[in-house]
Amino acid sequence: MKQIGRFYLIAVLMFLYTPILVMMAMGFNASPLYELPFTFSTRWYEALLGNRQLLTAGMNSIIIAVITSVVATTLGTMASVALSRRTFRGKNLLQVLLLPPIAIPWLITGTAMLIFFYWSGIGRGMHALLIGHVALAIPYVVLVVGTGFRTIRADLEEAAMSLGSTPIHAFFSVTLPLLYPSILGAALFAFAVSLDQFVISYFLATPGYTTLPVQIYSAIRKGFTPEINAISTLLLLGSMAAILIFARFAKPGDTSDKR
Amino acid sequence: MQNNQLTVASVRGLEGPRSRRQLPSWVATTALLMPTYGWLTLAVFLPLLTMLVFSFMSATPMGNAPIVFTLKQYRAFIDQPYLVRIGLTSLMIGFWTTLFCAVLGFLAAVALARSALGKAREVLLILILLPFWTNGLVRVFSWTMVLRENGFLDSILHMVAPDSGSIGFLYTRYAIVVGLVHGYLPYMILTCYIALVTIDDAIIEAAASLGARWWTILFRILVPMAAPGLISGAVLIFIPVIGSFMEPRILGGRVGVTMGTVIEDQFTQAFNWPLGASLSFTLLAVVLAIFATFSGVLRRGTTA
Repeated sequence: MKQIGRFYLIAVLMFLYTPILVMMAMGFNASPLYELPFTFSTRWYEALLGNRQLLTAGMNSIIIAVITSVVATTLGTMASVALSRRTFRGKNLLQVLLLPPIAIPWLITGTAMLIFFYWSGIGRGMHALLIGHVALAIPYVVLVVGTGFRTIRADLEEAAMSLGSTPIHAFFSVTLPLLYPSILGAALFAFAVSLDQFVISYFLATPGYTTLPVQIYSAIRKGFTPEINAISTLLLLGSMAAILIFARFAKPGDTSDKR
Repeated sequence: MQNNQLTVASVRGLEGPRSRRQLPSWVATTALLMPTYGWLTLAVFLPLLTMLVFSFMSATPMGNAPIVFTLKQYRAFIDQPYLVRIGLTSLMIGFWTTLFCAVLGFLAAVALARSALGKAREVLLILILLPFWTNGLVRVFSWTMVLRENGFLDSILHMVAPDSGSIGFLYTRYAIVVGLVHGYLPYMILTCYIALVTIDDAIIEAAASLGARWWTILFRILVPMAAPGLISGAVLIFIPVIGSFMEPRILGGRVGVTMGTVIEDQFTQAFNWPLGASLSFTLLAVVLAIFATFSGVLRRGTTA
C-alpha cells in the first residue's frame, strides 16, 4: 500500500514538473521551430541579451516587484499590528474586507481597475500597476505577519511598557525583532505575488510600459521563438528562489523557536 | 553632562506611560489601519463600485455623448443566446477541472499523509507547492510545448511506436482542462492534506484491526473526515477557473471561447465596457453565491 502511494506521488510530481522541464529544455535547443533531435545551444539566451523589449519589460517587472514588496510590507505590517494586538469595533468586518483582492477572480478586479483608473483620470502605466500590485499583495502580508504575531507573546511588549518603554519604542525594540522572520517572509511573498502577476498587469499596462508576463503573453499570441522559453525559465527560477527563501524564513506552522 | 542624560532618561521614563494615555487608542488604531484600507478602497472597492455603475450604461461613455442608463446589459444572456452556451462551457470546464483536481489531489494528499514520513514528507510538500507559486502564464505556455503536434507527447509516442500519427491535442477543450488541472492541483493537495493530517492514526488502525478493507477506510473514514478540505479546495479552484481567460486562449485556440475570454474581449477588442462590466458582475454574483453557500465550511477549513 505504501509502495503504491509513493509511486503515485512520483507520478503527480512528474505531471507537475514535466511541462516545466520540457519548456526549460527547449530554451537550450538550437531549432527555432522546437524541432528535435535536441541540439544544445545557448543562442536563445544570447538573443535575449539583444532583445530590448523583453529586457526592458523584465527590468520593469523587477522594479515594480521591489516597490510593491516594500510598500505592501510596510502598510500590511502596520495593519497587522492593529488587527492582531488591538481590540476595536468592526474588526471582523475589516478582516473580511481583506479577502476580495484574494478571492475575486483577477479578471474582475483587473477590469474594474481599468474602468475606474480610466474614468477617474489615474490612467494606466507604471503608477496604475503599482496601485494594483500593492493592493493584491497587502492581504497576503497581513495574513503572513498576522500568523507571525500569533507565535509571539503579547506580554513581552507589555512588560517592556510597564518598565517605562513607550509603545512605539517597545514595538521597535521587542516585537519587531521577534517578528522579523515573518516580515521578511511576507516581503518575499509580496515580491513573488507582484513578479508573477499577469492578469491585473495585462489590463493596466500601456504599449509603452509593460511587465514581463504581459510581454510574454503578447509574444505567445503573436508567434514565439525559444527566446520566450529562455526568459520564462529565468522568471520561473527567480520566483522559485523567492518562494524557497520565503519557506526558509516564515517556516509556516513552526512555532518552536519563537517565543 | 552625565547627570543631564540621567535626568532626561528619567523624565522620559516617567512621561512614557503618561503620553500613552494622552493619545486615545483609537487614533493609533486608525493611523495603523488607514493606509491599508485607504489603498484597498482606491484600488479595489472604488473600482468595483465604478464597474457596477458602468454595467448599467448603454454604451462606453466617450466625448460629450450623453450617458444613458439601462438594464439591457444584464439582458445580454436573453438577447444573445450564444452567451448562454459560452457560460455553460465555462461551467463545464470548471466542473471537470474541479473534479479531476479533487480525485487526483485527494489521493495525492492521502499518499502524502500516510506513506511519506518526516523530512521526505516536508520536501515532497514543498515540491508539490513550488510550481503553484510560479508564473501561471509560463506554466500554461509550457503545456503548448508538450501537447502540440510533434511536441513532447508525440516524441514520447514516436519512441515507442515510430509509425503512429500525432496524439497531440493542443487547441481542444481537453488541453484547457489539462492546463487548468496542472495549475490548481497543488491547491487541492494542500487543503486535503491539512484536513488529513489531523486524523488520528488510531482510528485507521482500529478500523483495519476490525477487518475494514482499504476502500472502506477510504470512503467511510478518510473522505468524510477530509470533506472540509475537499470542499474548500473545490471552491478555491472552481472560482478562479470559471473566470480564467489566458488558459483558454493559449491552450484552446479557436475553441477556447469562455466567459473569461468574452469579458476580456469587451475590454481589449470590442471596447464595449458596459457589457464587459455586466458580464463581470454576473460572474461575481456566481462567485459570491458559491462563497455564501460554503462560507461555514470555508471558515472551519481556514481555522483548522
